[in-house]
Amino acid sequence: MADTRPTLLLADHDDASLNPVTARALTAALALGAPVHVLVAGENARAAAEAAAKLDGVTEVLLADGPAFAHRLAEPVAALGVALAPAYGALIAPSTAFGKSVMPRIAALIDVMQVSDVIAVVAPDTFDRPIYAGNAIQRVRATDATKVLTIRTASFTAAGEGNAAPIRALEDAVPASGASFLGEEIAASARPDLAAARIIVSGGRALGSAENFHAIVEPLADALGAAVGASRAAVDAGYAPNDWQVGQTGKVVAPDLYVALGISGAIQHLAGMKDSKVIVAINKDEDAPIFQVADYGLVGDLFEIVPQLQAEIAKAKA
Amino acid sequence: MKILVPVKRVVDYNVKIRVKADGSGVELANIKMSMNPFDEIAVEEALRLREAGKASEVIAVSIGPVKTDETIRTALAMGADRGIWVKTEEAGIEPLTVAKLLKALVAAEGPSLVILGKQAIDDDCNQTGQMLAALLGWPQATFASKVVVGEGTVDVTREIDGGLQTLRLALPAVLTTDLRLNEPRYASLPNIMKAKKKPIEEKSAAELGVDLAPRLEILSTSEPSGRTAGIKLASAAELVGHLKTAGVL
Repeated sequence: MADTRPTLLLADHDDASLNPVTARALTAALALGAPVHVLVAGENARAAAEAAAKLDGVTEVLLADGPAFAHRLAEPVAALGVALAPAYGALIAPSTAFGKSVMPRIAALIDVMQVSDVIAVVAPDTFDRPIYAGNAIQRVRATDATKVLTIRTASFTAAGEGNAAPIRALEDAVPASGASFLGEEIAASARPDLAAARIIVSGGRALGSAENFHAIVEPLADALGAAVGASRAAVDAGYAPNDWQVGQTGKVVAPDLYVALGISGAIQHLAGMKDSKVIVAINKDEDAPIFQVADYGLVGDLFEIVPQLQAEIAKAKA
Repeated sequence: MKILVPVKRVVDYNVKIRVKADGSGVELANIKMSMNPFDEIAVEEALRLREAGKASEVIAVSIGPVKTDETIRTALAMGADRGIWVKTEEAGIEPLTVAKLLKALVAAEGPSLVILGKQAIDDDCNQTGQMLAALLGWPQATFASKVVVGEGTVDVTREIDGGLQTLRLALPAVLTTDLRLNEPRYASLPNIMKAKKKPIEEKSAAELGVDLAPRLEILSTSEPSGRTAGIKLASAAELVGHLKTAGVL
């Protein structure tokens, strides 16, 4: 008999607002065919819960609000997930730092083998996921009665908004854990979030310095209203912060437009951006592997081409 | 305190893998194998803690079939004190099962810290450390970029989306390493020779009381849909024209 239990989606949010990748993970959750409830766990997270209630297809929002869930540490959120799990046929989260930290804890405690980084829902128990940095795609059937999934959100479109799902406050207490929050350094940025941006401009080692990265990559990104990314080489060289890294070990993105400036195109990097709709590469080396995946390539000095490109974009937008 | 470091034997980082034509998996015959790079970082961090006087012993453990001991030997050559090899018939034991085996080893060895790579570069699961922490009821810090051991606690700076977060965990605890925690050392020739004399204890899954049966049925393995090279353009103006036509500007 088919599992008629609903699906529980764990929202990624910062209390004040919903991470836009949550709406993409919702699309994957809805593909399982069961009603979807969204769990918002946090402290003073009512605003995030209200944002989740607007998402099309959500039947109910569960709000676990209190100091125990401040900063969404993995231990208390997983304990809550385990308490809720018996009523659900599947537990799902986006593959963000939050989802990756929490979901395997839940899976282990309910004795389920998790399917990580789902890129396609083939059937309610069958999923495609990348292995070997996306160089192969594995199709797996999960035999556990309950499914635990993390979703590679770049592979799914965002669910729409226009819903008004009811919000139910949860009163579940969770046991104290041995982890406590000391501090956070989150860079404030007016730019869109890398994981959900429509346009991304990324810079590589050819930028040569943090100053050049700042002077060349960032203005082009701002002219396009884009998020800024970087190759592993550029991050290793200290040109860009770690959390800008696009690639197998960084963020996996699939924007409408990806502009690669001075990025050679190591396998590791391609794994993180090759599903972008349109890829533009600007590189001095005409044999750079990035040109094998780029729709449009410009061979030349990026220090000359990027200012020209910015001028042309300004003209086109005028 | 003891530190347990699980290490995994995987296809070398530099090898471009090939999918078998019949869709049954990835070609692994005559392929260079190495220690998972994130696990090298885990070994390095454990060694640094021992060298700083924060730890007394570093134990490397791996789970897998014949030749898995080579990967344990690599950890010993880097400086780990001894090894444990849970010998299996097959490779590719699932993370949940690995976590159960590691839990049994933790019960036997009593480490205060288990440091793992955040993910293996073959199955890219990113699960084992978190699962182990959950099964043990221990706190965890994933994606560590800085580790400071105090009195009965460890402060860990983690790479999260948008920046860094610092947690304080009560020991015992589980950590998983991110790329920039440290730069792993190379094993010197004398240390490679010395490592040959270090003990590796063999164990079986049966004696640890763990069933190895997989929960995921692998139906097929295929090539990702490829992208074909597009066109090279002569100028920025031409590029903007194409992007307007494509509707992405």
